[in-house]
Amino acid sequence: MQFMLLFSRQGKLRLQKWYVPLSDKERKKISRDLVQTILARKPKMCSFLEWRDLKIVYKRYASLYFCCAVEDQDNELITLEIIHRYVELLDKYFGSVCELDIIFNFEKAYFILDEFLLGGEAQETSKKNVLKAIEQADLLQEVRLLTDP
Amino acid sequence: MCSCYYSSVWLHVNTGECNLASKHVPLQYLITLHWFETLFLCVFQRMPAPIRLRELIRTIRTARTQAEEREMIQKECAAIRSSFREEDNTYRCRNVAKLLYMHMLGYPAHFGQLECLKLIASQKFTDKRIGYLGAMLLLDERQDVHLLMTNCIKNDLNHSTQYVQGLALCTLGCMGSSEMCRDLAGEVEKLLKTSNSYLRKKAALCAVHVIRKVPELMEMFLPATKNLLSEKNHGVLHTSVVLLTEMCERSPDMLLHFRKLVPQLVRILKNLIMSGYSPEHDVSGISDPFLQVRILRLLRILGRSDDDSSEAMNDILAQVATNTETSKNVGNAILYETVLTIMDIKSESGLRVLAINILGRFLLNNDKNIRYVALTSLLKTVQTDHNAVQRHRSTIVDCLKDLDVSIKRRAMELSFALVNGNNIRGMMKELLYFLDSCDPEFKADCASGVFLAAEKYAPSKRWHIDTIMRVLTTAGSYVRDDSVPNLIQLITNSVEMHAYTVQRLYKALLDDISQQPLVQVSSWCIGEYGDLLVSGQCEEEEPIQVTEDEVLDVLEGLLVSNLSTPVTRGYSLTAIMKLSTRFSSVNRIKKVVSIYSSSIDVELQQRAVEYNALFKKYDHMRPALLERMPIMEKTASNGPTEIMQTNGETEPSVPDTKHLPLVTQPANQANDLLDLLGGNDVVPVIQTTLPTKPASAGGELLDLLGDLSLSGGLAPAPSVPVSQPPFLLDGLSSQPLFNDTSAAIPPMTAYSKNGLKIEFTFERANPNPNIAVITIHATNTTEADMTEFVFQAAVPKTFQLQLLSPSSNIVPALNQGSVTQVIRVLNPQKQQLRMRVKLTYTHKGSPVQDLAEVNNFPPQSWQ
Repeated sequence: MQFMLLFSRQGKLRLQKWYVPLSDKERKKISRDLVQTILARKPKMCSFLEWRDLKIVYKRYASLYFCCAVEDQDNELITLEIIHRYVELLDKYFGSVCELDIIFNFEKAYFILDEFLLGGEAQETSKKNVLKAIEQADLLQEVRLLTDP
Repeated sequence: MCSCYYSSVWLHVNTGECNLASKHVPLQYLITLHWFETLFLCVFQRMPAPIRLRELIRTIRTARTQAEEREMIQKECAAIRSSFREEDNTYRCRNVAKLLYMHMLGYPAHFGQLECLKLIASQKFTDKRIGYLGAMLLLDERQDVHLLMTNCIKNDLNHSTQYVQGLALCTLGCMGSSEMCRDLAGEVEKLLKTSNSYLRKKAALCAVHVIRKVPELMEMFLPATKNLLSEKNHGVLHTSVVLLTEMCERSPDMLLHFRKLVPQLVRILKNLIMSGYSPEHDVSGISDPFLQVRILRLLRILGRSDDDSSEAMNDILAQVATNTETSKNVGNAILYETVLTIMDIKSESGLRVLAINILGRFLLNNDKNIRYVALTSLLKTVQTDHNAVQRHRSTIVDCLKDLDVSIKRRAMELSFALVNGNNIRGMMKELLYFLDSCDPEFKADCASGVFLAAEKYAPSKRWHIDTIMRVLTTAGSYVRDDSVPNLIQLITNSVEMHAYTVQRLYKALLDDISQQPLVQVSSWCIGEYGDLLVSGQCEEEEPIQVTEDEVLDVLEGLLVSNLSTPVTRGYSLTAIMKLSTRFSSVNRIKKVVSIYSSSIDVELQQRAVEYNALFKKYDHMRPALLERMPIMEKTASNGPTEIMQTNGETEPSVPDTKHLPLVTQPANQANDLLDLLGGNDVVPVIQTTLPTKPASAGGELLDLLGDLSLSGGLAPAPSVPVSQPPFLLDGLSSQPLFNDTSAAIPPMTAYSKNGLKIEFTFERANPNPNIAVITIHATNTTEADMTEFVFQAAVPKTFQLQLLSPSSNIVPALNQGSVTQVIRVLNPQKQQLRMRVKLTYTHKGSPVQDLAEVNNFPPQSWQ
């Protein structure tokens, strides 16, 4: 995976995870253009498209679009499952997640994503394990000071 | 700082001592000073605690306009900046988090970069979490700042808390630059060998990133991969398979090394399928589909071009293909990966057929994502398993009617790939229907595809012309510019269809003159075959009654219409001109031509002027110049199948239609000359290679001129550059034609008969010693002028000859003047020069024609 974007129906970015090195300016341009392209698509169209030289996989959940750019050899259908798994994780963590949860707790959304994917690939395929790790890490935030290495 | 100073002053005042100055200061003074300081501090006391993240988010969301939001953001940024300046540890985390939020809204946040680094170095987990997140969002490897992270990451990789190690691995694996990867690869490798599966899985993906950034480091991870697949933990298994895949893709040696893992991979996959319900990894009844897909992908790489491995995985692939539940997307995802693997390895034919049938079933699936994926895969396999894919042709063609753009495009590409001699009629019907109704973005590609398929598989010429007509009339404005010359050539070569073609094109023009490619092809045809049109010779259908005037009306209409582009106008003017030798209404044509010789359009003006000159000075050449075009030999054509080797790219590559065919078949006069010169060992003078943009106005003119393979004096020389073979241009551009530094080569009399004498004088062109420049001088001793004088020459095959324009075409009587003309001869093999000449002129009212051989060239002219 090269990047993942979450954005609202008005085109506002809610999360952006980049797995390839690009400057801020380039990222802004890609986000802007891609968001426009996807928002222009009709609801009945398929979840995959070729955009510039990337394969794009996207799916809408309520008011949020989840959009990934994957490599040529990547399986688009399983990417849809990855997106779905991420939504499930968010749902379990926040309890019936909605867009507001992601807006107000964006850093947590990132933390969850970083426990599920690393470098663009899935690091854990068990929902339970991801959530357990997040839970433990959250507890660690309460601790005043970590012991030195 | 202020508070420290404050308290120390207070302390000193209390004790009566003073540190403010070396002298003793009276106590009252100190108390007043203290009072001022208190006042100072009350007014400028430390800022209130920065607002919380959620508070900020709430506030910003209340902004009703962009300007209001910007104001809020700027205010908060200022507060954050001063907070950073104060080096406040307590709130740094909160401030950076807020900064990240504002960054996501699109505002600049680079001043927070260093703060992220400070957070990473902190010993609070919250700080580290936000710090690493900030680093991943704000820093990029192009800036040196990111390198400051390296040491922190190194420390954290060795931290006693696994969640801190996890943060470090995640950050490194997400955005580590090559320098960082080089420095820290050792740490990653260590963690790859740990028994802690939480860390091991992350280390594996981190290693993938390291290898992508610094491929030379791949070797060092090899030992650690030894028992990766014996892990029970699915996370580790999954990431290990990813790591192995990466290594095998990058290194053939690694691939060879890891081939032995095939049985183990097959076993793991089998367990996943056969094992009962596992709640932890279940997705809609399938056990860990993510792992299954990755294993299938690794098997694909390992089995590719290896018979043994392919055989070892045959059974499991068949099993997965037949047993996977297909009701949900997740099952289809696995099937899809299985199909890709089957098609890529050396599987037995039964398995391949199974795979294609799965794709065929996918095509019928309600889920359009599945259909899309099926079409993509079929496109990849259509070359290798053509017959199997053909069986699904009707389903594929149905997909042309799908609503989704991507599906339509793929279906179109696949359809063109499946067209063959047997199904051409049916397929073309569908494709033409598609062309009618599809979006503009498809029309150009579809039109090109139709032309190619038609050319390759047309069952009859009539069908071919009809198909072209259909494309031109329905998608005429989307046809690519370079199709026009291609079509013209096609039409020219379908000799028996000329009358039918021109009639249909004429009728199309009557309906609609807005589609430029259609108009261009039509005007060209009318110019060429207008005589057939008015004489009503059409056999294929009812010939229409049309007069010369009506035809000229139409062509003139194109000239004046706003819809016509300059190129089109050029075509139509030339067409009108050509009709001057086919129609009898020459006067009308002359009038049109002379009107346009003062046209504002330079191209049109030039043509008109030249055509005018053709009427006036060179009328004797007009029939030859404007006669029917010969059959053109086609350059290598690419069939539709070759387009499809793009393997599913969005744009089918249009084959190279830019090369205009060389006029290889000489015109009639040249034929005569050739026959006489004894067949094979001589060729007529140089063919002028037609330039690569024939659709341009200049090209049109050259079409006419290129016809003449003998460059009998063409006057006036067109200013459009005729691409000469370069060797002759050497001399032409810089050297004066008449070389002063000529070695004295004696002149010779080449021909003397019936009062006409032709003398040759010689120069050697200086830069290129292989070129001889011959000037002919034609004189006339009789009492009558020789008018319409044309000199033509031919040389043996090893020579090349170029004839420039003559000074005039009247050889005055009684030696009162002469006609001169320059011939340049290239003689690279330094062979003895021989020449055949043909002379035509009119003398005392009767035409005269003569052929002669010239063999008495002085040796200096060719040695």
